[in-house]
Amino acid sequence: MSAYKNNEHKIEGIDKTLPAALAKPGPRRYWLWRRRGHVLLVAFALVVCVALLAVAWGSFSIPPWTIVKILWRRISGNPGVTTWPASWETVILQIRLPRAILAALVGAALSQTGAVYQGLFRNPLADPYLIGISSGAGLGATIAIAFGLLFGWGSLGAVSVLAFLGALVATALVYCLSRIGGRTSVVTLLLAGVALGAFFTAIQTFLMLRSNDAFHTVHIVGWLMGSFNLSSWAKVQLLAPVLAAGTAIMCAYGHRLNVLQLDEEQAQQLGVPVERTRLVLIVVASLVTATAVAVSGIIGFVGLIVPHAVRLVWGPDHRFLLPMSALIGAGFMVVVDGVARTLLSPAEIPVGVLTAFFGAPFFLYLLRQKKQQLFR
Amino acid sequence: MGRLFPKRVFGRRRARPVGEQSSLEARKLRFRFGNTVILDDVDLRLSPGRIVGVIGPNGAGKSTLVKLLSRVLVPENGQISLDGHDLTAWHPMELARVLTVVPQAPELPPGFTSWEIALMGRTPFLGWMGKESETDRVITQQAMVETGTWHLASRRVSQLSGGERQRVVIARALAQEPRVLLLDEPTAYLDINHQIETMMLVTRLVAERKLAGLVIFHDLNLASRYCDELILLQSGRILARGRPSEVLTPALIGQAYGADVTVIQHPANRLPVVLPL
Repeated sequence: MSAYKNNEHKIEGIDKTLPAALAKPGPRRYWLWRRRGHVLLVAFALVVCVALLAVAWGSFSIPPWTIVKILWRRISGNPGVTTWPASWETVILQIRLPRAILAALVGAALSQTGAVYQGLFRNPLADPYLIGISSGAGLGATIAIAFGLLFGWGSLGAVSVLAFLGALVATALVYCLSRIGGRTSVVTLLLAGVALGAFFTAIQTFLMLRSNDAFHTVHIVGWLMGSFNLSSWAKVQLLAPVLAAGTAIMCAYGHRLNVLQLDEEQAQQLGVPVERTRLVLIVVASLVTATAVAVSGIIGFVGLIVPHAVRLVWGPDHRFLLPMSALIGAGFMVVVDGVARTLLSPAEIPVGVLTAFFGAPFFLYLLRQKKQQLFR
Repeated sequence: MGRLFPKRVFGRRRARPVGEQSSLEARKLRFRFGNTVILDDVDLRLSPGRIVGVIGPNGAGKSTLVKLLSRVLVPENGQISLDGHDLTAWHPMELARVLTVVPQAPELPPGFTSWEIALMGRTPFLGWMGKESETDRVITQQAMVETGTWHLASRRVSQLSGGERQRVVIARALAQEPRVLLLDEPTAYLDINHQIETMMLVTRLVAERKLAGLVIFHDLNLASRYCDELILLQSGRILARGRPSEVLTPALIGQAYGADVTVIQHPANRLPVVLPL
């Protein structure tokens, strides 16, 4: 120990003066982190406003303030004086409102799980459909439509139920296949997902071609692109609790996801049980995604770009990234769905087409703006 | 690896008396990958305030030793005990509050700032929501000041040099408030000034905080300079151990590395210096 004492004066050379701008611990970008609650609150308020505008907007428009009054009348149960036609109430409460809410929930679910998958796989190309959910759900839905199955669960049709089951079966298969000797490797998981996805898609395409009914084919293709035109309160009631529980769990795992961005070894040495974290997140994210897919079909691209956009603007901390992605995704989906149902009114454009059409250019713009390498 | 859902053995301790000390002891360690024996019959003891250096040629099993001691790998035979408890019995979170590793040239996610990386050292102390307290921030800040990385706090890690990254990782390790510190070639890829800075920092921390330290060295002269005890590994077995002057002899170095060297005394501190012949 005596050996190093000669050089002890050098330790004094270490810069102990704090940068003047940093009065509080943490760097300057830290103010945003300290105010993250407020930022999320503002974002939530914006989503509500956007949803209100989306409800107002349609084949005939209803003033937003009237919508608030209709909603208040319904919530308070106070009959009061109505200054609007009775049909407006039906349109708002039975058609437009559940649709907007469902769109918001699905957008939130897909964006958040997209962020989780991107973090889990440390791969910028990851999206919620990465490990077989879309192909599993697609196959399930195709079976239901092609064979004309009519059973249902509650108010949900066979298509939704089979899509949900297909998604879960596919994910479980992928996870079990890639579990070797009590461990899962990320690369194996990805490859198993791609392989099984291709297999399921092959079966699905075969079934689609075999079914002679052209209506079936159109129905299947339409479902695969995703749409909210069959929205109902029942679907909202199904997705909302799953999403709420999933959001709570995923957000609680945010800091562990951060640590997982280091390699597996470092994460373990920081006390994060890697295998367990991975299992919990895959199960939760898959359940949330499968439910979202069951109620709306396969809406692509949202889960890929929204987390990236949030990351580019606010940085990669998952404790903020996950809730913010959910909110931005919700707002984005409401807007896109609004456009989808009004642009070619009375015809509808599949939402999946528009998410890519609007999302891709915006995302490319962001990429060009912020050239920092955010991923490996 | 441990179990998927490990039991918490020692209960949750948030605050810890300052200056608590730990020691790590390994007996008769044996590890192999398939049929290749990587480590065999390795004994070692890390005690507070001392740095044990591990040297040996490539493939001697140095990094594997660190992985075994930090429970990333589980030994085939032998026992490792930390504070008298078997290493496998520790809950991962509890273990991470006592034992830290500074890995060799660690991968860091480029989007994060140095501050965020250093703050990750507090992970084993966070609650289930992962919200850090003012204490966590202050400790992280101290760690960054101590390692001379505070001015880099808001810089992204992708913009840091190799030496700066290494110091940020050491800051992360310090934020963990460890009692046992394992470093796997902390001076690899560093210039001589950063090598000296890093090792001065490590020796100072070990002495001040009474950490039990283990450092793997590539550079024999750094090992000679900064270690209290040296262990010379050769193909998984301990060839020699003892004070630097006992281990760094031409005969032993020649046997382990198969290189012809001469050993002279450092003019200032009388420690052995290994030179190629």
